[in-house]
Amino acid sequence: MIRIDSVTKRYPDGTVAVDRLSLEIPDRSITVLVGPSGCGKTTTLRMINRMVEPSEGTILLDGKDIQQQPVNTLRRSMGYVIQNAGLFQHRTILDNIATVPRLLGWGKEKSRARARELMERVGLDGALAKRYPYQLSGGQQQRVGVARALAADPPVLLMDEPFSAVDPVVRKGLQDELLRIQEELGKTIVFVTHDIDEAVKLGTMVAVMRTGGRLAQFAPPAELLTDPADSFVEDFLGTDRGIRRLSFFPSAGLELLTAPIVASDTTDEQIAARDLTDAPYLLVTDLDGKPLGWAERDTEIDTARLLPYGRPFVVATDSLRAALDCAVLSPTGWAVAVDGEGRAAGVVSQQTIGEAIRGAHAKSATTQKAAR
Amino acid sequence: MNILNYIDAFFSDNAHWQGYDGIPTRVAEHIGYTLMALGTAAAIGLPIGLLTGHTGRGGNTLALIATAGRALPSFGLMVLMFVLLGLGMAPVMIPLVVLAIPPILVTTYEAMRSVDPAPVDAARGMGMAETEVLFRVELPVALPLILSGLRSAAIQIVSTATIAAYVSFGGLGRYIVDGLYQRDYEKVVGGATLVAAMALATLGLFWGVGRLTVSQGVRRGSAG
Repeated sequence: MIRIDSVTKRYPDGTVAVDRLSLEIPDRSITVLVGPSGCGKTTTLRMINRMVEPSEGTILLDGKDIQQQPVNTLRRSMGYVIQNAGLFQHRTILDNIATVPRLLGWGKEKSRARARELMERVGLDGALAKRYPYQLSGGQQQRVGVARALAADPPVLLMDEPFSAVDPVVRKGLQDELLRIQEELGKTIVFVTHDIDEAVKLGTMVAVMRTGGRLAQFAPPAELLTDPADSFVEDFLGTDRGIRRLSFFPSAGLELLTAPIVASDTTDEQIAARDLTDAPYLLVTDLDGKPLGWAERDTEIDTARLLPYGRPFVVATDSLRAALDCAVLSPTGWAVAVDGEGRAAGVVSQQTIGEAIRGAHAKSATTQKAAR
Repeated sequence: MNILNYIDAFFSDNAHWQGYDGIPTRVAEHIGYTLMALGTAAAIGLPIGLLTGHTGRGGNTLALIATAGRALPSFGLMVLMFVLLGLGMAPVMIPLVVLAIPPILVTTYEAMRSVDPAPVDAARGMGMAETEVLFRVELPVALPLILSGLRSAAIQIVSTATIAAYVSFGGLGRYIVDGLYQRDYEKVVGGATLVAAMALATLGLFWGVGRLTVSQGVRRGSAG
């Protein structure tokens, strides 16, 4: 565990970057430091590997004061990922990743073998091993940055706005990849970002910091969204925190209707035999079960003239937020649930989703009360 | 063409290829002076440039020294040194070294300063010692610029080392000085041609060194 104990960083010109900050960073989970620029989040991170030395206070790593350890030994025991990756342009991808093992005195072959293993782990094609950084896209470079930080298998990973410089699509991919890697490796990750959505998505715990280097709130993301400590945190979370909180409720409990799903070869008699009392629309699928579009009930089905079904949500893995979004976007007001292979698993109305949301809120309120 | 005739006559004369005043001897002397001056200038300029560039301190002082060094006339300095120190290698070497230090020092400093700070930060954060950061992270990236500084210093030395002949030393300047004195223009043109050829050879040499020592990732990275 990393324990930050009333740490202050004051620069010679009198600016206070971090002000009596205390934080307990739990093991094997992602702790996100988030806040507006100038809130001292990066300074806090850099004090953990002593890139910045605190003016007051102590930082303990597994109970030991980090000041008592040789600085380079300490740094080699912590992976470090920065914005834009900071790769060494004169080294190949493989040698970039092998940097820390080489510093630790591993042999060249062993280091490279390890680097290859990590390329695979972070989802990089092995063919890139002999390439140079300039030949890679921004997203690929950042994967190399993560692989390099993980190379010596450090228990702690420090990440300073690692995904801020890539476009939103690539960023989402990198975030999902990080969560997947974390599930496999279980590192103690300290992650700095200015993006509250990223913090809520990645963090097991989120520390919201305010200008002047003070801690505003330290809580799991769901609690942050339900119960912001003050107006600063509330403003920082943005206006749609209610919607975003739905990300934490699974869509698994939704009651899906299967009766309105018809394949393109379903006959009128078969449709007539179904109970369609609550369903004004039919979801037409192809013979494989993949959705094609909506048709109005009691009209003749013409596969060339269907209403678009929008973006389906994946049943069980997607959250209530995805399901609601889907229903809002759908021209019929009904969301389409699909299974992992993209086959229609059921349809659900906005009304049903609304009931599920109310149910989920009620349930989380009781569990929170029980936790207190 | 007169000059081409001079060149042809100079190089086709067998007598010019032999003895203590032959082309091989003079070229070897010239190379010797150049290496000595470049070596001394690099031994002074490189470490100071690397260190100030790495720490980022002393840039203004450097620029001042470099400008002063560039303003000193080599020939005048040599004559002055000759008067002060008498006959010897030092009066020849001092102006050549003074001439070569500014390009080496300034480009090395600039090369180190222009290295992207992100990889340097990453290197420190990964636990590299300062010397490792300097030699394994900054230097390989700064190398093309540093080499270009050494190259322009070398070329300036090659062309200026001809002044050694004025204080009775050898080198290719011998042909020019003696030729002018003897009104033997064949010799003057021949000597000048050799100096130009050596300057071009120096260019080629540095190109080759660059190919061998600069990482492909840096070469391509800075080109595109």
